[in-house]
Amino acid sequence: MTHELPAPVSAGKFNVYTGVAADAADGAVVPTTAQLGLEPPRFCADCGRRMVVQVRPDGWWAKCSRHGVVDSKDLDPRR
Amino acid sequence: MTQAAVDVLGVAREQVLERGEGLNQQQVLEVLQLPDDRLEDLLALAHDVRMKWCGPEVEVEGIISLKTGGCPEDCHFCSQSGLFASPVRSAWLDVPSLVEAAKQTAKTGATEFCIVAAVRGPDERLLAQVAAGIEAIRNEVDIQIACSLGMLDQDQVDRLKAMGVHRYNHNLETSESYFPNVVTTHTWEERWNTLEMVREAGMEVCCGGILGMGETLEQRAEFAANLAELNPHEVPLNFLNPRPGTPFGDLEVLPAADALRAVAAFRLAMPRTMLRFAGGREITLGDLGAKQGILGGINAVIVGNYLTTLGRPAESDLELLDDLQMPIKALNATL
Repeated sequence: MTHELPAPVSAGKFNVYTGVAADAADGAVVPTTAQLGLEPPRFCADCGRRMVVQVRPDGWWAKCSRHGVVDSKDLDPRR
Repeated sequence: MTQAAVDVLGVAREQVLERGEGLNQQQVLEVLQLPDDRLEDLLALAHDVRMKWCGPEVEVEGIISLKTGGCPEDCHFCSQSGLFASPVRSAWLDVPSLVEAAKQTAKTGATEFCIVAAVRGPDERLLAQVAAGIEAIRNEVDIQIACSLGMLDQDQVDRLKAMGVHRYNHNLETSESYFPNVVTTHTWEERWNTLEMVREAGMEVCCGGILGMGETLEQRAEFAANLAELNPHEVPLNFLNPRPGTPFGDLEVLPAADALRAVAAFRLAMPRTMLRFAGGREITLGDLGAKQGILGGINAVIVGNYLTTLGRPAESDLELLDDLQMPIKALNATL
């Protein structure tokens, strides 16, 4: 069975760390802190909206008002 | 090697290590000016001081943001100010989620759980949420609770004390002389006054700041002296993690050697204080730096994630402490 990730992190239309459209010149630029695994996603990958993000000691969740919630538990069992 | 370099470490060995008297502002400045080839000696001395005056135990803490974003203050380092174009949006944590976060923190072996809100000071709604959260945590989790809710008045201090808050965090952030470059919506003195009230109420005082916000070495030494004068129970040391959209978003990350020199210098200024590794250490120091810091004066850590950013997995820090044979401080033990 294929496990599909929620659209807020998987849609690929917008950079989840900067909100820049993926097809823009700098759309693939990932900040250093994100490269180091120190950033939760801030923008919905489907629509580019800023998401409400709650960081907790062992993880985070991020909510797009249009595309729903994604929880780090679904992405990486460590966080 | 300069004569000054020889002198300040020699003086520190006798004054701080042997007699337990912290370095003064000028001496701290000399430490901060030590060349890189003296860093190893400096860290070793700071470690000896920590072991002699604090012991081998390390206090482990987890933190949680109860109220994120939308803060009316303009702390230039902070992504939670509502005055800056930061990507961080406002969020409130409900009580069940707060309890779950406390449980996750306790599972790591942490003895301290700090509830944080991005506010100038707590309003009635926030205090009610904190009270409900503390009661719920106490019913389910064996952990000490700290709070960081901004500036307080006397009534709020008394209410937090009555709720059973054991420690209150309120950072001075930087030296008195540099503070106006960091915050303009309130004063350093207002922060100091809150800390005095917290201490007089019998709560433990937790007060530190952020290094690498553009302050000079002189101002960094001044900050250490400011904190030594305050004499808090705990000093959390953060390193600037430049946040997009904030006035400090384009500052460079502090060089690792400068960060480690500062860790050791603050230890030598405050030999008996709990000195905690806090935010920004991952990007400033990396994994190796974390070890060097813990062997250079640090005796407390925040494990896991921070308020709006992520940290090293808690297991990495716990494994490091185990490797270094540094026991985690037990609940209710005193350093």
